[in-house]
This record gives sequence, structure tokens and C-alpha cells, in this order.
Amino acid sequence: MRRSVSIAVLTAALVVGLGMTGIGQRSVLASAEQKAETTEVKIDNFSFGPGTLTVPVGATVTWTNRDDIPHTVVSTDGVFKSKVLDTDEKFSFTFSKAGTYPYFCSIHPKMTGKVIVQ
Amino acid sequence: MAVKTKDEIQYDHNHDGIDRRGFLKCMAWAGTGALCVMNGGVLKSYSLSRLPELSSKEALGELSFVQISDSHMGFNKPANPDVAGTLKAAVDKINALSAAPEFMLHTGDISHLSKPEEFDTVDQILKSAKPQDVFYVPGEHDVLNDDGKQFLERYGKGSKGAGWYSFDKKGAHFIGLVNVMNLKAGGLGTLGHEQLEWLEDDVKHLKHSTPIVVFAHIPLWSVYPEWGWGTEDSAQALAYLKKFGSVTVLNGHIHQTMQKVEGNVTFHTAASTAFPQPQPGKADSPGPMKVPAEQLKSVLGITDVNYVQGQHALAVVDSTLA
Repeated sequence: MRRSVSIAVLTAALVVGLGMTGIGQRSVLASAEQKAETTEVKIDNFSFGPGTLTVPVGATVTWTNRDDIPHTVVSTDGVFKSKVLDTDEKFSFTFSKAGTYPYFCSIHPKMTGKVIVQ
Repeated sequence: MAVKTKDEIQYDHNHDGIDRRGFLKCMAWAGTGALCVMNGGVLKSYSLSRLPELSSKEALGELSFVQISDSHMGFNKPANPDVAGTLKAAVDKINALSAAPEFMLHTGDISHLSKPEEFDTVDQILKSAKPQDVFYVPGEHDVLNDDGKQFLERYGKGSKGAGWYSFDKKGAHFIGLVNVMNLKAGGLGTLGHEQLEWLEDDVKHLKHSTPIVVFAHIPLWSVYPEWGWGTEDSAQALAYLKKFGSVTVLNGHIHQTMQKVEGNVTFHTAASTAFPQPQPGKADSPGPMKVPAEQLKSVLGITDVNYVQGQHALAVVDSTLA
């Protein structure tokens, strides 16, 4: 988690340096603007919904497990990894870099999903 | 239930005397456990519900043991708010046997969330079972968050790798395998290279006539890959066991009993002691299945399995719901 934060800061600094976008310092990311970009993924019936989610850079995605069985949210490339989520538990991750992030449930690996950050 | 009744075999693609319909029909809601009796290298298993019907001679055999599975201690959702109670009921059935089985196998998902107190509760309940030796393999619910460290500390004494091992009882060779670690996105259960190498070496020097019993959590045959009910590299493991005349594979994970005979190998999945799961493809997902409370024990019910050496069909599957 600490690493992702530092990446976020670095990215934000870079963006400010290039003057390309309105997304500024980290304090802005953590304010109302971030709230608007929060996106939900629901875990229902052993699947992630939506299976593919497209979000802007800086968005926070929150997964909620609505099954009676625990699940996890684990990046295939090791970018993020939730603890085990029991029923109604949540996991959030902020995507500070553009790219495609495939992920899966490490308990039920047939469950896969993707976050596209652009 | 006899499998080879005329009306059930409609599409016998594999010429094994069973079609999909007959196969599904023969999957029975399983119960609290199964009694396995080894006699002359032939393993027979009886559902615990049928035990009162067995004579003590039948029940004794040369070697008898009990398989229990998927106790999911800590689960408290509507499908079964009292998993401790149903595990105790399983132990009561085991203790009611006229001759105590020599030991028990637990084929994983001992706990629901890998919490220490969940394991403690199961240990406590199983202490009241007459057979005191319990051999465990982990389910995916037992190795959450710590890559199986706690499981190994509790149950893995003398095991190799992630917890695999073998032992001999009365001439039969028992092999406990671990197929719930390092699961890959989109994949099934996995044994992995290291374990497969160990297995090859473990059985290398055994006589072909040695009865083999393999137990692991996730089925070692392709039950329903769409729901992850299978093991990626099980074919390699089974290849090492080809030379043996009698191989019995005992699994859990799918919370229902199912049997299949393939050449020299009989596959059997045990019921959960906690909650039933749907038949393959019969629901949106393999999640816990809620049944009326008064029916719960019956869907955690009963099944008979008979393995007859060399027979190329399901020997017997019985499903009397109590």
C-alpha cells in the first residue's frame, strides 16, 4: 500500500510538472474529486461485476464481496492484493498509472476481472 | 442406485456404461462422511447413514477408515448457521460404528477463514471421535492470508513442501496431496512440479499390487472446470499411479458426493459436514445452497460407494435421503 501511495505522489508530481491536466497535488486527489471517481465492483455469484471496468487515472476502485463465501482481489501482475474479504467486506485500490490491470480471486481462480485505467 | 439401468444410459460416449444424465442422477447429496473398508485391496465405502445396516464383519474389513471433509468451521450463513453442530453429528455417527475405524482423513476446508479459533473448534470436536488419528490435507480456506503457514504448523508435522506426505497402513499406501496453493488466474487446482516429482519418487519402489489411496481437497479429475472443480496437472500425477492395480482417489471441495471409475482408478468426492453446494451447472455459481432447515441433515446426507477392482464402471452409488 505504501508503495502505491508513493507511486501516486510521483505520478501526480510528474503530471503537475508537465502541466497536462487539472489533477494536481495529492491533497486534491484525496478530496472531493477522488470521491467522484470512486468506482464500485460487486462480487456476486462468484464473478466480478463489471468484469471489465474502465476508469480515469487517479480513480479509486472499491470491490465489495456480496457472496456467502470469502473471495480475494489479487492483481495478476502483483500490483495489488486484498486480504480475504468475507461477506460484505470491501477492498479499495487507487489507480495512479494508466494501463490494464488484470486480476483474479486467488481462492477461486476461475473468477477473473480487469481494470483499464486511461 | 444401480447405474447401469437401461433407461439411464442414453449417450454412452465413453463406452463406460454411463451418460451425462445417468451420471448427474447418480451424484448424490452427500453426508456427514463415509466409512471406507479395505478388503483384499478392494476399497468399499459406505455412507454413514447406512452403517446400522452393516454387519460388524463388513464394517471391519482388513482396514477401515472414515473420510470427512469441508467442515468450514466459522461459516454462519443461512445455508447452515451451526456448522459445529453438524460436525458433532458426524462424529456421533462415527462413534456409533460397531467397530471403530482406525483413523480419519480430513480432506480440507477444515476452517472457513483460516482463523485460529476455527481450527481450535474443529480440533476440539474431533477429539471426541473414537479414532484419534486424523490425517489432514488443506483446502483453499485453510491457507488464506499466510500461504498455509498456520496449517503446516498445526497439521503438517513430517510433511513435505506445502504439506504433502504418504504413509502405510496394513499394506495400503496412503498419499496426501496439496492442490490449493499458488493458484493461477483462470486456472484450476494445482499440484506443481515439486510435488509431482516427490510423488513419482514416492511410489517408484512400491509393488504394483499395493493398494493406493490418494487424498486431496480439490478433485483430481475434471468434475466441472467451469467452476474450477478440477486440478490442472492431475493427469501427470495419475500417470505415476497407472502401474498400480488399485487406486482410490478421495477428494472434497464440491460438497456433494460423486464417483467415477477410470481404468484402475476410482474417484470419489465426499460430502461436506457444513453445507451443500449445487450440482455442476445447476446454479449461477457454486455458492452455498440453502435448503429448508429440516432438510439440512438429509442433504448433508448419505451415499454409498463401492469400488470393485478392475471394474470399468461406477460400481454402486446410493442416495437414500434420511
